[in-house]
Amino acid sequence: MALLQMQRIYIYALKKDRKQILELLQRRGVVEVRSMLKEDKVFSKSDVSVAKQNLEKNISITCDSLSILNNYIKEDKSILSALAGRKELPVEEYDSFKEKYKPTVNMAKRIIELSKIIAENKAEVFRLQTQIEILTPWVNLDIPLNFKGTKFTRGFIGTLPKPWTLEEIYEKLAQYMPLDVDIISTTKEQTCIFVLCTNDKKDKVYEVLRGMEFTLPSLSIDQLPTADLSPAEQLELLVQQIDKTKSNIQAAIDEMESYDKNRNELKFLLDYDTMRLEKYEVIGSLIQSKNVFIISGFIAEKDFSAIEEELTSKFDLAVESAEPRKRDDIPVLYKNNGFSEPLEGTVNSFSPPAKGEMDPTMVMSLFYYALFGLMLSDAGYGFLIAVTCAFGLIKFRKTIEKPMKNTLKMYMFCGIATVFWGIIFSSYFGDIFDVVGKTFFGVTDLPVIPPVWFYPVEKPMLMLTFSMAIGIVHLLTGLAMKGYQLAKQKDYKGIIYDVIFWYVLLISGIVLLLSMKMVTDILGITVNISDVAVDVAGILFGASAVAIILTNGRESKQPFKRILKGLYALYGISGYLSDILSYSRLLALGLATGVIGSVINQMASMTAGGFFGPIIFTIIVILGHALNLGINALGAYVHTNRLQYVEFFGKFYEGGGKVFKPFGINTKYYKIKESTKYGNVK
Amino acid sequence: MEMLNDYGIVLALAGAVLAALIPGIASAKAVSMGGIAGAGVITEDPSQFGKVLILQLLPGTQGIYGLLIAFITLSQIGVLGGNGDISLVKGALYLAACLPIIIVGYTSAIRQANASVASIGVVAKRPDQFGKAMIFPAMVETYAILALLISMLAVNGVSGLNI
Repeated sequence: MALLQMQRIYIYALKKDRKQILELLQRRGVVEVRSMLKEDKVFSKSDVSVAKQNLEKNISITCDSLSILNNYIKEDKSILSALAGRKELPVEEYDSFKEKYKPTVNMAKRIIELSKIIAENKAEVFRLQTQIEILTPWVNLDIPLNFKGTKFTRGFIGTLPKPWTLEEIYEKLAQYMPLDVDIISTTKEQTCIFVLCTNDKKDKVYEVLRGMEFTLPSLSIDQLPTADLSPAEQLELLVQQIDKTKSNIQAAIDEMESYDKNRNELKFLLDYDTMRLEKYEVIGSLIQSKNVFIISGFIAEKDFSAIEEELTSKFDLAVESAEPRKRDDIPVLYKNNGFSEPLEGTVNSFSPPAKGEMDPTMVMSLFYYALFGLMLSDAGYGFLIAVTCAFGLIKFRKTIEKPMKNTLKMYMFCGIATVFWGIIFSSYFGDIFDVVGKTFFGVTDLPVIPPVWFYPVEKPMLMLTFSMAIGIVHLLTGLAMKGYQLAKQKDYKGIIYDVIFWYVLLISGIVLLLSMKMVTDILGITVNISDVAVDVAGILFGASAVAIILTNGRESKQPFKRILKGLYALYGISGYLSDILSYSRLLALGLATGVIGSVINQMASMTAGGFFGPIIFTIIVILGHALNLGINALGAYVHTNRLQYVEFFGKFYEGGGKVFKPFGINTKYYKIKESTKYGNVK
Repeated sequence: MEMLNDYGIVLALAGAVLAALIPGIASAKAVSMGGIAGAGVITEDPSQFGKVLILQLLPGTQGIYGLLIAFITLSQIGVLGGNGDISLVKGALYLAACLPIIIVGYTSAIRQANASVASIGVVAKRPDQFGKAMIFPAMVETYAILALLISMLAVNGVSGLNI
């Protein structure tokens, strides 16, 4: 339940050490750089936009080249590789990458070039194939397609739609003899013909041919450089060209494949430039004079002395710390134990604590796991979740990245809580033990494992009461958190007016409700409350209600408005009512898991007879429960979040802060490993 | 009147079947709305698949709640083995008990799908705001859960009545 104390840090250093100092800070990753000092005549910010642009360009080229490479050669990745985290790389390798830098950039460019070459050549093959298709009908023609005639003759080469016979064509042209007609080829769609006539009759012949819808072959053939060759020869050339283009493609693909072994260099280039880009962004925010530069930013108090010692021992510089100013937008850095830490992300996705707010993670985590478990409430499912997550955590304990580790841990704790509630309410994959026992082993002494407390299906009202009771505890905890926060802000009036009065109102209200027979009848519980207690509760209820009306509108000076606001605040009790009812989802979702599980078991048991029975039974059980687990785990996750965000946070927490984003190494594939704890930065 | 009592089981079964049918139809439509919106996001940014899938699935629960009520009812009225002897009044009561999840399940699934689609839009533009985006559809679901609760209590209650 804590946030780390942050303070300002200033580092005054010589420009000649700039690179080394920044790289050291980046590897330590404990300082969030912010520009806090104004520029003046001596100190100014330098323009790094050109360098940044270059790096951004390189990053995008490398990204593209990696994805292209992945298109041609799939990288073999196991499903679990996401858990394995980034590879570690010694600092020496990082330092020695400078020599490989240029060639790797060129390789990335070459890969992009190759993909273009491949695409262009594929288009070329397509174009050539179209030409072959156009030429194929003319393959029997032994003169070039662009033949126009001789000194005394005129030739027409072209197509007529639909099949024609030689006689039909001669018939049409009979009056313009002498002429020669050849049919080159006939298909259903067209007839390719060659007509040769004397020069003086060419116009008439052309007119008749036009009447028969004669068309010249498509222009593209005419314009070929090889148009003077006969179609057969042209076809041969085209086939050769296609072969050549295809071999070009193959060569490009081969070259691409040869880069597969360099994939790691590309990945490293991406990381390397990402780190450099981040460094340049920081450089752009520094103020510098001719020989000196100043870094300003935030650091956690606990990290300060270590970084100060390291910096001053290595460089000639001055490090200074200062308390954050009042108007500073101080970044938030959590400090929680291993149990609550996984839920920092959940708080962040609502909103990190604003200035002066407390970190709700610790208190929230207690309820989070419990509520999740109660909604899923099946020991079998919980066991599966917990064991899977624990397996991942143990197997990859050395390399797993923090966010993934936290996710797994969160679900592991959720799973453990689910096992707990599952045992309390005796739900093991629905009622699998009973069904298997009854169906296959003839067990009559049911249930095999009785619940520690009760079956929610049999006593839904008791479960509802229990759910709402948990809700009341949750909400009152939220209210207590508000009190704690007000105490931290030293707003003692607020504690009395906004917290204690409400506590009195709510608790006396609950006592009053429980003293009514109608309510206890509905809930199916018996409560013995003495008459004195009821009277006391009644008085307290009335008094606290009046107190709330009088005090909760205190920010208004005008008395009438103040009372109205107070009344409106008292109306907020209806909000508590709906908040408490909202916890009925614990019952509904818990029952849903159990009942659907039993349905699956029952369906499976219907098939259990015969030799294949047990096999079909197993298949149905596995598939059915996998589905049920998936859907209900999703529901439990979503609604746990809702109960935390809406009901719990609604009582005390607003958020609006900013997460601490230290200047560090935010790479995708590699992390830099230091060989000694401090040092190795030359 | 005695003869009419033979039809009690018909009313009860109608309630059970409608509980599976109507919210099921609505959830199918609702999930498909989410799927259509989600597919658009995935074409741009495949890495958001997990988040979009969760948002798509949220309005799918109404169908499951309906199924749940249908199953409880079926087992109570003896259709899944047992004695199907149910008076006309009792049958009608079962039908009435199923009504909350039938009606609220239908409308809330569609409304929740609208919220889901909007939230998918949020994730497309601001993937880091997934936590908040998820809450909007979940708010709508509250009412389906309340309806489920009442239907469940009512079906259980009716089975205990001696009429």
